Amino acid sequence: MLIATLFSSDPLSFVSGKAKPLCQWRLKLLFENAVTMIERLQTYLPRLVLSPSFVLILLFVYGFIAFTGYLSVSDSRMLPSLGFVGLENYEKLFSLRHWSIALKNLAIFGILYIVICTVIGLGLAILLDMKIRGEGVLRPIYLYPMALSFIVTGTAWKWFLDPGIGLENVMHLWGWESFSFNWIKSREMAIYTVVLAAVWQSSGFVMAMFLAGLRGIDNEILKAAQIDGASNWQLYRRIVIPMLRPAFLSAFVVLAHLAIKAYDLVIALTNGGPGRATELPATFMYSYSFTRNQMGIGASSAVIMLMMIASIIIPYLYSELREKKT
Amino acid sequence: MSAASKDTALRTGVIARALIYSILLVFAVFYLLPLFVMLVNSLKTLDEIRQGNMLAFPEVFTFEPWIQAWGEAQIGVEPTGLKPYFINSLVMVVPAVIISTLLGAINGYVLTKWQFRGHRVVFGLMLFSCFIPFQIVLIPMARILGILDLAGTTSGLVLVHVVYGLGFTTLFFRNYYDAFPTELIRAATIDGAGFFRIFRRILLPSSGPIIVVTVIWQFTNVWNDFLFGASFADFDSQPMTVALNNLVSSSTGVKEYNVHFAGAILAALPTLIVYVVSGRYFVRGLMAGAVKG
Repeated sequence: MLIATLFSSDPLSFVSGKAKPLCQWRLKLLFENAVTMIERLQTYLPRLVLSPSFVLILLFVYGFIAFTGYLSVSDSRMLPSLGFVGLENYEKLFSLRHWSIALKNLAIFGILYIVICTVIGLGLAILLDMKIRGEGVLRPIYLYPMALSFIVTGTAWKWFLDPGIGLENVMHLWGWESFSFNWIKSREMAIYTVVLAAVWQSSGFVMAMFLAGLRGIDNEILKAAQIDGASNWQLYRRIVIPMLRPAFLSAFVVLAHLAIKAYDLVIALTNGGPGRATELPATFMYSYSFTRNQMGIGASSAVIMLMMIASIIIPYLYSELREKKT
Repeated sequence: MSAASKDTALRTGVIARALIYSILLVFAVFYLLPLFVMLVNSLKTLDEIRQGNMLAFPEVFTFEPWIQAWGEAQIGVEPTGLKPYFINSLVMVVPAVIISTLLGAINGYVLTKWQFRGHRVVFGLMLFSCFIPFQIVLIPMARILGILDLAGTTSGLVLVHVVYGLGFTTLFFRNYYDAFPTELIRAATIDGAGFFRIFRRILLPSSGPIIVVTVIWQFTNVWNDFLFGASFADFDSQPMTVALNNLVSSSTGVKEYNVHFAGAILAALPTLIVYVVSGRYFVRGLMAGAVKG
């Protein structure tokens, strides 16, 4: 029996205080009860141990999602309020110019961020995989930005891109008088500086993912193709890149969800400006919920963000967990 | 990442190789540039930054910006420097990392070695929680922290980071323990070892690498968090990232770029050190977080 190891002391000790008036058979019954209880406990113990975490997740993730979901159809303004208003907040949300700017920026930022990170990541991975001397030095250099806070990244790029003291000034001092690079101050171009800083931070990580994928490819296949006369270009286009499909998928999922969540970087780099030019859904949600006293609209924007992420993540997780099963 | 593919017999000429190396070097410069800019300019006087070249080495080295950033710079209303916030971050990170790692380990153990009906659903729900945009929980979280009397406290932030780190820590340990031979567990059960004894004596001793990966991952994430810190902390609990942002974006007075750069490096230092010391595990954590299942 397992109880012996679970409770090395006498299993009856916890009833002994009250056991005095009990006669022999009742004591026996109690003992049997205790045994089944402990056996039960043994079978339920794993679930019991897991339950605090699971309850926390249910409450703080799914309960909160439900709560925010309800707020999005309520008349909450400065504080949460429970008056039901239907889809009014969503209608207001989609008629707001700020929100359409945020969505347009997310589209620009998301697409460029994903595409450029993938191209740079794949390119660097392929090049690094060509028996490069000094790979051990280069790889950590490509990857270290991932360890930094977006606030640090934002600070560094904010001043480096500042026309007054940064890159533009450097070029002028180096004698290129006509050089102009004031994207960070320009309403039209500021969003691209966010892309630049975000790509700087994440592309090395994408490189590492592709590199792992490349290293997993069986060389015999490549050699066989070479013997058949395939050129390097064909080798990569026809064999290597198709075989990297899982890495492409993972990179896409990770980058897409990072893009939708992007908040800190914008705050540190442009603070949503100039004007509202670099507003993203995450910054929109924050300002409407907490500074503009439009909590209902803020909640509805959060729900839209969750839906965007869910539409990418759920199919992915589903297929991943499925594959495991078989 | 095996070394087996080192013998890819790609035919590359001298010119092609020179081109490859130069591309790789250009990117190395690109990635190092902001760090270089921060470091070099944190050692200059403000005048030299304003009049000089941002990419040039300092003419006069000064540690004044570092001293200022650490102990004197005005953040918010108080001229405290970043020091108290650095300590806030530390006090928040250590318990958050320890608790979430422990819970993740025991969860991973249950989900792989003591599977029950519905364990897949439980794991799926925990996994999805890794990806939610935190905006969806900000409003209720603020309420609950208020109700629990934890608003603006470090304990509140620890709770938040534990809850939203659980998904990842559970994932890491689950995937690791999944590969651990179940026969060993079964044999131990037959020998009379209980739930906790098996965990302590059999699984934990061989969990070194995954503990390192998880601790690094959690440490980096919690240290670098800005959203929760900005939403739920006040002066006594504000983390480093929030303080740095306040320092850099404060609109009053002269913009002291050199102090900002020194502050940014101070904020980056702990995670950078972790990365330099244990980069291998750091990358493994990133990968484990990316390649699910």
